[in-house]
Amino acid sequence: MPDWRDEVRRRLERARLDPIRRAAVVEELAQHLEDRYADLVAGGATDGEAEQTTRAELEHAAPHAPPAAAPRGAPGAASPLDRIGCGHPIADALRDLRHAVKRLRTNPGFAAIAVLTLALGTGANAAVFSVVDAVLLRQLPFREPDRLVTVSARHADRGRSPFNLPDFLDYRDQNRTLAGLAAYGTWSSNLTGMGDAERLSGLKVSANFFDLLGARAAAGRLLLPADDTPGQERVVVLTHALWMRRFGGDPGVVGRTILLNGGGYEVVGVLPGEFLFPIREAELAVPLAPAQDASRTVRNSANSLFAIGRLRPGVTREQAEEDASAIAHRLREQYPVANAHKPGAMVTPLHDDLVSGFRQALWVLFGAVGVVLLIASVNLASLALARAASRHREMALRAALGATRGRLVRQLGAESLLLALAGAGAGVLLAGFGVDALVAMSPASLPRLTEVHVDRRVLLFTLAIALLSALVFGLGPALWASRPNLQDMLRGRGDGGGPGRRRGRGLLVVAEIALSLVLLAGAGLLVKSFLRLQRVDPGFRSDHLLAIRLSLPKDRYRGRAATAAFCDSLRDRLAALPGVEAAGVISALPLSGTVAAVPFTIDGRAAPPDEHLQTHWRLADAGSFRALGVPLLSGRPFDGRDGPSAPPVALISRGFAHRFWPDRDPIGAVLRIDDNDQGPRAVTVVGVVGDVRHLGLDTEPEPHLYLPLQQAHEDSVGLLTGNQYWLLRTSVDPASLAPAARRAIAVLDPGVPASNVRTMEQYLEASIAPRRFNLTLLLVFAAAALLLAAVGLYGVISYGVAQRTHEIGVRMTLGAVRRDVLRLVVGQGMRLATAGVAVGLAASLLVTRLASSLLFGVSATDPVTFAGIALLVLGVAFLACFIPARRATRVTPMVALRSE
Amino acid sequence: MTDINARMFDRELKKGSAELLILALVEARPRHGYEISRLIETRSGGAVRFHVASLYPLLYRLERRGWVAGRWVEKEGQRRRRYYRLTPEGRKVLAAQRSAWESFVAAVTRLTRPGRA
Repeated sequence: MPDWRDEVRRRLERARLDPIRRAAVVEELAQHLEDRYADLVAGGATDGEAEQTTRAELEHAAPHAPPAAAPRGAPGAASPLDRIGCGHPIADALRDLRHAVKRLRTNPGFAAIAVLTLALGTGANAAVFSVVDAVLLRQLPFREPDRLVTVSARHADRGRSPFNLPDFLDYRDQNRTLAGLAAYGTWSSNLTGMGDAERLSGLKVSANFFDLLGARAAAGRLLLPADDTPGQERVVVLTHALWMRRFGGDPGVVGRTILLNGGGYEVVGVLPGEFLFPIREAELAVPLAPAQDASRTVRNSANSLFAIGRLRPGVTREQAEEDASAIAHRLREQYPVANAHKPGAMVTPLHDDLVSGFRQALWVLFGAVGVVLLIASVNLASLALARAASRHREMALRAALGATRGRLVRQLGAESLLLALAGAGAGVLLAGFGVDALVAMSPASLPRLTEVHVDRRVLLFTLAIALLSALVFGLGPALWASRPNLQDMLRGRGDGGGPGRRRGRGLLVVAEIALSLVLLAGAGLLVKSFLRLQRVDPGFRSDHLLAIRLSLPKDRYRGRAATAAFCDSLRDRLAALPGVEAAGVISALPLSGTVAAVPFTIDGRAAPPDEHLQTHWRLADAGSFRALGVPLLSGRPFDGRDGPSAPPVALISRGFAHRFWPDRDPIGAVLRIDDNDQGPRAVTVVGVVGDVRHLGLDTEPEPHLYLPLQQAHEDSVGLLTGNQYWLLRTSVDPASLAPAARRAIAVLDPGVPASNVRTMEQYLEASIAPRRFNLTLLLVFAAAALLLAAVGLYGVISYGVAQRTHEIGVRMTLGAVRRDVLRLVVGQGMRLATAGVAVGLAASLLVTRLASSLLFGVSATDPVTFAGIALLVLGVAFLACFIPARRATRVTPMVALRSE
Repeated sequence: MTDINARMFDRELKKGSAELLILALVEARPRHGYEISRLIETRSGGAVRFHVASLYPLLYRLERRGWVAGRWVEKEGQRRRRYYRLTPEGRKVLAAQRSAWESFVAAVTRLTRPGRA
């Protein structure tokens, strides 16, 4: 009988089969032919005839027909057998997926952990990415936003400064690089005449403001140049939010007249919901109307206008900055006194301007959450390695027999793909919750917060990182582990005990521990900063202090007399409330960030020619110092003597005194301050008070000057009417006095609404909220990272213990004591942990430098923090090793020896 | 009809009913490839023949689709053989194809009865 196997094999040469399959097909077909041959012979045919017939049937010719003309195995002859191995690509892929599902179902623990790990990692990343994307990456919602820039004056001392009206007009008219320059400034108003009086934040904007930004009205129209003409400027544009909140979304609001600051303003339009003002709190806009503004010609008037420009096509930011600086220079030459401390100008991209304060913090968080994903993925890799190792025998055999890598890759790839899709799906769900939590926790000052949501970009991002994770960390190690290791197999220890594999997992654990250490170091430093910050003395007593913000309508309170009279009456009423120990008013609250500066000179001292002294200043009364609890260090406080016709006096801060009179008492010194349009006037220093950190807990207190409100110059009374803060020191819970205080104000003048009634503790809290936010998140991520790393270490150690059960049994039989076994196992684990800590410390030293601006009072390489973190990680690692080690010692030698 | 046309018609008919034939044959019990081939030849009285080159690609195709499942079985004293059985899904497909075939045949018979005007 001919060798049918050989015949079949020859005819299958062209079929695409891997060797195992080929062998099986050959066997099957050869059996068929042998049976056929045997039957033919049994039916009476000769050997020759039977062979001929069988071969002919193999060649697909009909029986009794002459054998195929082509000789056996002719290369050109096509046969259906050629296509035995081929499949339909789509059907194959679906089949692979089905098999993958089945395989994963047989090991649900692995699948569950993998999907959970991926979900947590990708979900957290997607959530943080949503924030980063909305705040930092996405373009601002304006027309051609990359051509928008902020233009500001460069101040000699203070860096950037806004413009005053005359300067702005000059920049607007003289610049040659901008297609337009628009200005906006804060403008608060009291809304009255419809239900509760309310203080609204708004903006005064120049006529071209909306056009420059490319904004469109959602209803009605936006402001036009025509609105700047005299008589037409009493128009207002509302934001979408205000329209919904106070006007119920009434479409008939356009054309309505509302009372702002007692004057009628016609509502001409409503802005769309996605429009954002550069100042987040602003809810309406009115025309700047420079023509009607008296300060138009006053060159040293207050700098309160921010400017936005649009670059002309083809103009770069640098060119615009040069142009603006040239204008600044020109103005300085023209007005040497007024523009003395504005030697230059700056042009910065608008996007940068709005988000710069948050950029670093957000990228740090993004990096941190990325590290968490990395650690989670590494754990996934470790799991995949372990799982692949358990199928090592099968894989090695197939690989040794030549199973194509391609098939292996496709199979493992299908599994990884399924895990990735499941992980991504779950991750997106988690991301949804995460985003909500992040938005709720975010400091209110985070710009563009309303734009944060899980959108298409976030979905794509989630899918991408899930796929990347699953494929790189799931597929890669599995493939690597499935490399044939024949020697191990022959030696009978093929089950994943190969040294290469163990080293691989060990390396992974070291990497995880190092990464989690970096995160912990960052978190530790932030914690220390935060604690330091909380201990900073703000210079006043923040407990039992209630603060109320008022603004007086300009039409009824013109000038100092009216304002002072109101303040005196209100002070008496408030001080009379039960529970109030002291009451006072100040023009700007500490920690409110408001800064007013006034130029001054010191009498009897020659001022150096190019040194232009300026100091922060506030208007206050005696009560406010008592309410704040700011100590009097020398001299006397403001009192009844300091009336409008009495000699002008002032109080200075300790820093001020120390800076200019380092070795003597400044009481009696005379300062000339330039707080009015007629020129500097003299005030006498009568007392020195303690430093107050007006700008923030993390900023050094600046020298400060206080003037009694009774002696405020008429020109600067506005400092107290636009915004004044009443401070009540209470003996009871300050919040409980809020209703009574509001009533007292309403009784005195119902047209003066109280806004921002808060306790000082709340202000303090708000000022450190951003730090708390960063800190909380980073702590969460760092804790997650440490947990994951510990789990990874635990996995490696306990797997190692399982593998070495035999060895442990042998040792114990030979006399090893429990403690020896413990030392063996824990020692192995701690070696890994120590390596991880060492690498992690080195990496942290490099990395924490990058976040140094987020720290306060702590160096980026603070040794105490680093040492503490290292100990923490080693401690956790010890636990992670100890538990499986203890399990190892419970192994009885008999069981161990039997398990080989 | 000439011989070539007969052969072509033959081939077309065989192609259309091949799957049905095999599925039906493994309905009762699992069979190996040679058994199936012989059954087809004997039960059709020699009218239909499936030789190696056409049977096995078809069997493997059915197996890939999950309509039949093949298994190596080693019986005592014999070398191992690959037996094919009908899967639950294959059972459903068989029922569907059977009913479709019967309807088709009935329709064609009705339409082509000699003597119809």
